[in-house]
Amino acid sequence: MPESETTGLRVMPPRLPSWLSRAVAPLPLAPLQPALALMLARISRAHPDLYDRLGNHAEKRFGIGPTDLPFAFVLEPRPSRPLARAVRSLPGGLDASIRGPLAGLIGMAEGTLDGDALFFSRVLWVEGDVAAALALRNAIDDARIDFGKLLLGGFGPLGVRFADAVRQRIRTLPAAGGTSWS
Amino acid sequence: MELICPAGTPASLEAAVEAGADAIYCGFRDETNARNFPGLNFSRDELKKSIAFAHRHGVKVLVAINTFARAGSFGLWQAAIDDAVAAGADALILADLATLDYAARRHPAQRLHVSVQAGAANPDAIRFYAESFGARRVVLPRVLNVMEIAAIVRESAVETEVFVFGGLCVMEEGRCSLSSYATGQSPNMNGVCSPASDVAYAERDGQVVSTLGGFTINSFGKGEPAGYPTLCKGRFATPKGSGYIFEEPVSLDAAVMLPALRDAGVTAFKIEGRQRGRAYIAGVVRSFRKILAAIDEGRSPPAADLAAMAEGQTSTVGAYRKGWR
Amino acid sequence: MQLTLGPVLYHWTPERWREFYFRIADEAPVDTVVIGEAVCSKRTPFKQDHIPAVIERLEAAGKRVLHASLILVSLPRERRQTRELVQADEAEVEINDLTCLTGLTRKPFAVGPFVNVYNEAAAGFLAARGATRICLPPELPLPAIAVIAAAQPKVATEVFAFGKVPLAISARCYHARAHKLTKDNCRFVCEQDPDGMPVKTLDGAEFLSVNGVQTLSAGCASLLRDVPTLRHAGVASLRLSPQCCDMVAVARLFRDVVDERIDPGEAERRLGEIYPDVPFSNGFLYGAPGHVRMEVGGGSLGAMHRGPPVRGRMLS
Repeated sequence: MPESETTGLRVMPPRLPSWLSRAVAPLPLAPLQPALALMLARISRAHPDLYDRLGNHAEKRFGIGPTDLPFAFVLEPRPSRPLARAVRSLPGGLDASIRGPLAGLIGMAEGTLDGDALFFSRVLWVEGDVAAALALRNAIDDARIDFGKLLLGGFGPLGVRFADAVRQRIRTLPAAGGTSWS
Repeated sequence: MELICPAGTPASLEAAVEAGADAIYCGFRDETNARNFPGLNFSRDELKKSIAFAHRHGVKVLVAINTFARAGSFGLWQAAIDDAVAAGADALILADLATLDYAARRHPAQRLHVSVQAGAANPDAIRFYAESFGARRVVLPRVLNVMEIAAIVRESAVETEVFVFGGLCVMEEGRCSLSSYATGQSPNMNGVCSPASDVAYAERDGQVVSTLGGFTINSFGKGEPAGYPTLCKGRFATPKGSGYIFEEPVSLDAAVMLPALRDAGVTAFKIEGRQRGRAYIAGVVRSFRKILAAIDEGRSPPAADLAAMAEGQTSTVGAYRKGWR
Repeated sequence: MQLTLGPVLYHWTPERWREFYFRIADEAPVDTVVIGEAVCSKRTPFKQDHIPAVIERLEAAGKRVLHASLILVSLPRERRQTRELVQADEAEVEINDLTCLTGLTRKPFAVGPFVNVYNEAAAGFLAARGATRICLPPELPLPAIAVIAAAQPKVATEVFAFGKVPLAISARCYHARAHKLTKDNCRFVCEQDPDGMPVKTLDGAEFLSVNGVQTLSAGCASLLRDVPTLRHAGVASLRLSPQCCDMVAVARLFRDVVDERIDPGEAERRLGEIYPDVPFSNGFLYGAPGHVRMEVGGGSLGAMHRGPPVRGRMLS
């Protein structure tokens, strides 16, 4: 039977190769911060609807923790002064945090992977204010942000290499790009 | 056979259109619809634009206004009905006697569907909705087997729609207050079941424990597939032992039942999941489109493997097969 | 204010069932008694032989008798049973599903707590078709009750005031499932739990009870202390749902509170002696989680159950 006759949907995102994680571990986080700020500013400008969906959850502090990276992100989407920064590890006092492999987080943010399915398979985990995390997920899913490009493209050559590696991994999944369906 | 697909956001609606939906159901961003989840659903403007988009692609949009109107605030539900009609909805999906009565009187030309939340489980109940409100279709509760569905179709003048994939209520829909008993918020009144605002996860002795409104719902070992923290799919203790006393964390996948359901005379197949992301919508809709195409052409349908999309990564054909009860 | 005794929701032995109603007829100060099987059609034949005697005894004692229809009607036998019930000339029916409205021919009827009446418009719709009394769904909060009662003065508004709260109905039998039996071959194991099979959380908090295809709360609703509030809201009738305790004593307590012969707080203390070891709750009335026990008027007294905390957010 040709491949197109099966309807399987896989959700398991790949983990990053450990060499990547090792390669970025010693890098200082400071250069990431302006890139993150720029990315967030672009997103807020391009997708004002995002805030309608987030409602009062926009005022909350989110932690995004890629489990295969030696750093994490803190996100405060509030419309007046959105803030995103890279941290070595997630601080206390966050309203909600979402953890999982980077490819899973990006796949979910880009709408190529289903967040609930990642949750059912225990790839992804949510702590704290589940409603806030859900609102963020739904708002981003609707906004159709090219999150990976924005996130990693802003970090210079290493970021681009990183993005390519992640994308290649995602593309090996039949469900991911949508292209393998047709 | 129509394929009815969920959409929680305009982006999901477009994904469903592109994936081959015949019709899409969605609701307003408030308590008038039974998937009133954070960050989900449509503003008035989004609905109007999305209906226009769907219609350009020859796809229908059914607007779910399927909670029970709050006493003293019926205006909110009336406005939802009026606005959905004005936006060009192809049908309204309603559950409450009050909303059905209002829509039938105020918008006599509007096509009305009886929501699964109305729990119309037999031909007499269906006849009541058809005769009282001119309802054209009924969404059957997930408590019936295929033979019972066939009998309903034979006896009923209205079309029938059944769920074929996604979340599975094990209690009769529209008559369940388990959620509000634990959290104060219910599907009927607030459009939520086991609301995220009342869910918490905690690590305890190497297990991940989920709680709802402070009640422990489940405890998962490392790597064990998880489900939504809904009460009817939790682990509990009884004098006869502990475990999933109502239902395991499973989703409905009735793909293998599609030929039987078609032969039973069902008009439309419905996919649950307005709360899911675009990836789910696109994947599941494409998958069912292929299966239906194969059935139409008399080919044996391709094997569906959507287990990864399912709660607990496990599927059931639920009540459709005799013996589930 | 009137008192209505709801139908026995559990599968009691036929003799116990009959004796229960004989004593209610002779001793309980209730105005209306609802009889019949609402939960599981397989149980109906057990009661059938005793029903005429029970009706006779209740009516002889001056009580109005209503016949409960099934909550979930899906099998042909259940449809037939429901049709026969609503078309019987002599019986006044309490409908628990809208299936009944198809066969009703313009005779007055009562509406049970399993029909979704959440607002004044739904109540009006049913009133226009002959509903004379509506027992509202147990999860309905006080403001909604007041609005409905005010909007439909000709309909007696009733609230679920005592008993484990019916929370869900299913096609699947959870008693049979717990006993590893199928529903078709259930051996009527539900009879072993005349007050419901307790369901606790994994860490031991009392939570629910199972009654065949029905799921109820573990705690017992008591709106005894809320009687003055309910009267003010225009409630005409209180429903007492039979549990395994002295229901005559329960009815007398409610009667005494309704007639202002006893302080409501003191009455609930006594209720705890009549039905011991079961926590009381009234959370639904104040828009809080159903299991919570609230101060009269809505302040928190804290959950009566072991385990779950009361969340402040919900008490608003």
